[in-house]
Amino acid sequence: MSTPRALRQSLGLRLTSAGFLIFWCLLAAFPIFWIAVMSFKSPVDAFAANPLDVMIGPETKAKGHGLSIPDIIVLLGAIYMVWRVSAKGLPRLIAANAPEGWKWLWWIGGVIAIGLGVVIGFATIPPVMAGVNGALGALGEPLLGLTTEHYRAVWVDNEFYRNFLNSLLITVGVVTISLTVGTLAGYGLARSGSNLAFWLLIIALIFRALPHSVLVAGYLPWFINSAEILEPIMGESAPTLYGQPIAVIAVLVSINQPFTIWMLRSFFQNIPAELDEAARVDGCSHFEAFRRVIMPVMWPGVITTGLFSFLLAYNDFLVCALLLDAQNQTMVPAITGYFNRETTTTDQVEAVAAAVSIIAPLFLLVMVFQKQIVSGLTAGAVKG
Amino acid sequence: MKFRTFAAFVGPSLLLMFLFIAAPLASVLWQSFHITKPVFETVSVETCTPGFPSQICTTEERTIPQLEDGKVVTRTDYVGWQSYRNVLEPDRAAAAIERGSWSDLMTIDFWKALRFTLTFTLITLPLAIGLGLLIALAVNNALKQVRGPVIFVSLLPFIITPVIGALSIKWLFIGDGIMTAMLERWLQQDIAMFAQGWTIEILMLFYRVWHVAPFAFVIFYAGLQSVNQDTLESAIIDGASRFERLRYVIVPHLMPLIVFVSMIHLMDAYRCFEEVIGFSSQAHRISLQFLTFDLMTPDDSGNRSISRASASAMLTMIGIALLLIPLVRKTWRDHKGSSA
Repeated sequence: MSTPRALRQSLGLRLTSAGFLIFWCLLAAFPIFWIAVMSFKSPVDAFAANPLDVMIGPETKAKGHGLSIPDIIVLLGAIYMVWRVSAKGLPRLIAANAPEGWKWLWWIGGVIAIGLGVVIGFATIPPVMAGVNGALGALGEPLLGLTTEHYRAVWVDNEFYRNFLNSLLITVGVVTISLTVGTLAGYGLARSGSNLAFWLLIIALIFRALPHSVLVAGYLPWFINSAEILEPIMGESAPTLYGQPIAVIAVLVSINQPFTIWMLRSFFQNIPAELDEAARVDGCSHFEAFRRVIMPVMWPGVITTGLFSFLLAYNDFLVCALLLDAQNQTMVPAITGYFNRETTTTDQVEAVAAAVSIIAPLFLLVMVFQKQIVSGLTAGAVKG
Repeated sequence: MKFRTFAAFVGPSLLLMFLFIAAPLASVLWQSFHITKPVFETVSVETCTPGFPSQICTTEERTIPQLEDGKVVTRTDYVGWQSYRNVLEPDRAAAAIERGSWSDLMTIDFWKALRFTLTFTLITLPLAIGLGLLIALAVNNALKQVRGPVIFVSLLPFIITPVIGALSIKWLFIGDGIMTAMLERWLQQDIAMFAQGWTIEILMLFYRVWHVAPFAFVIFYAGLQSVNQDTLESAIIDGASRFERLRYVIVPHLMPLIVFVSMIHLMDAYRCFEEVIGFSSQAHRISLQFLTFDLMTPDDSGNRSISRASASAMLTMIGIALLLIPLVRKTWRDHKGSSA
């Protein structure tokens, strides 16, 4: 199909447009790419003023850590494989194999499997390649300086995995609870045209705009004193909610509810009401209709909403920093411990390595779920 | 749907929102008028040191926190507008305004935070919308094959943890980082990006535009797919230039989306917080939400000034309320229009 001649663009305009696009992609990716490079270099190289030194890493290479040509080929191949599998392979696999109604489990399983694969590859390929390089002789000489010592320092020596486990607990808790509660509410709101439903949505909209620090100011005194407050009801076993992951989960779920119910409501409105009406005619109650008819077809919306819940919980700084103890932090607040210390450049590069570790899972997530993220962003807007 | 079924579906969500959003709001309002302090008592303590011919004894009055069962006794008092006065410091602010000294006014945390938050919100708004629109137009113009990867790269700034996004930009400029080195070579002078406020502020503005533009882009790009081709063609027949078509056909078509993105952006930028953490700018630039956060963090002696934090939180809310009134009115009109 050819474009009408009048709509065709001049060469200059097309070049400007393409040039701008390239410029934007560089701008978007460069800071992230750069910290990823920095995290693999020794401190002198990582903070070198000359960009080439940061890329090639002469100091790192001098210490005997580096990538040879075969290493680079294997690395590029591995990156391409991960991209291929997550952007193309996984969706195709799920479309072909997953039984209807269980796709969501396959998606989650697939992401976890890819993540584990990357971690295992990160741990096993370097020793193997060291052997290969030794056997190759001159060809196996390091060409680019690269070291994983900062990752080892962060994850093994500084026990960053504890923060990771905390993050994991909180994100999994937030996503499951907020989806369970949110789908019910979203369905109810989508199927009820009453004024009450409208006002509830408006109140949710107002709640969405509240700064989180305002809410946390409301929780803090209660959470710190909760043992005394709850004692008359619960007796001796009354917990101090401050510092408890369960309290943070409850807070994040609630903060996230307004957004979740708005989004799920717009997804449910796209599912024709005739579907559950038919089930009702056949003698189902509202809940049975929801379980048997709606649940099997609602997964695309639930996955998208779940992604945004995940991002909120995973990226949160404010709530976790204020409601958890400094010793028991999630990953994002824990990283401030590194860059506030920043006494030596080694500390700084360790902070960079920790930062890259935190965003690596998000990277994977965008690769696999790009379509869902885009549809989620537009669903709210186009519907109004 | 019967009311009871509706209530059963919506109930759990409402309960959560009531417990953790509505109730804390009421609590914050109450806290901002009350101060909880430990109760102090004055006791006279006699300390004796051995001496000759008799011991030397001194009696002194000491103020110590009153204890009961090993716990510090606290008392909560109604203090009226005291906490608000502590945050706003009206006397100092009035004096500064009288002298016409802007820099004196900016020594008061609240006014400093207010100034920063407002300029931050208003400057980033047009930049983010403009950049988002440009990217959307450029992607729409690009070949089909490159669109997927471009969208992937564009989503990155939006999706990564805000604190880390800010840090990644900070690390490019810190000390003699590569960007600073490049600027120094270009401008032939020594530059320290983190030694003064305005350079940090520029980086913070840059970060926010970088972070939000992808969101605006995705929304506008979706909107561009539904531009009416017939209208475009008739515009061409009427002799409209490319720019006029953009101005009179495409932008009006996208207008509802531009309003939507602006509202979301205003709400989010007004809550600006992660930038302050990521760029460690608290010595130079703070935002309203950071002010509340800072008051709630325990100080050196382990005290949190909850009451002042609540007052500052309530003051922050005034801005949110002003933002929301037009939004709620518009939604209400739409709702009435659609149901009539």
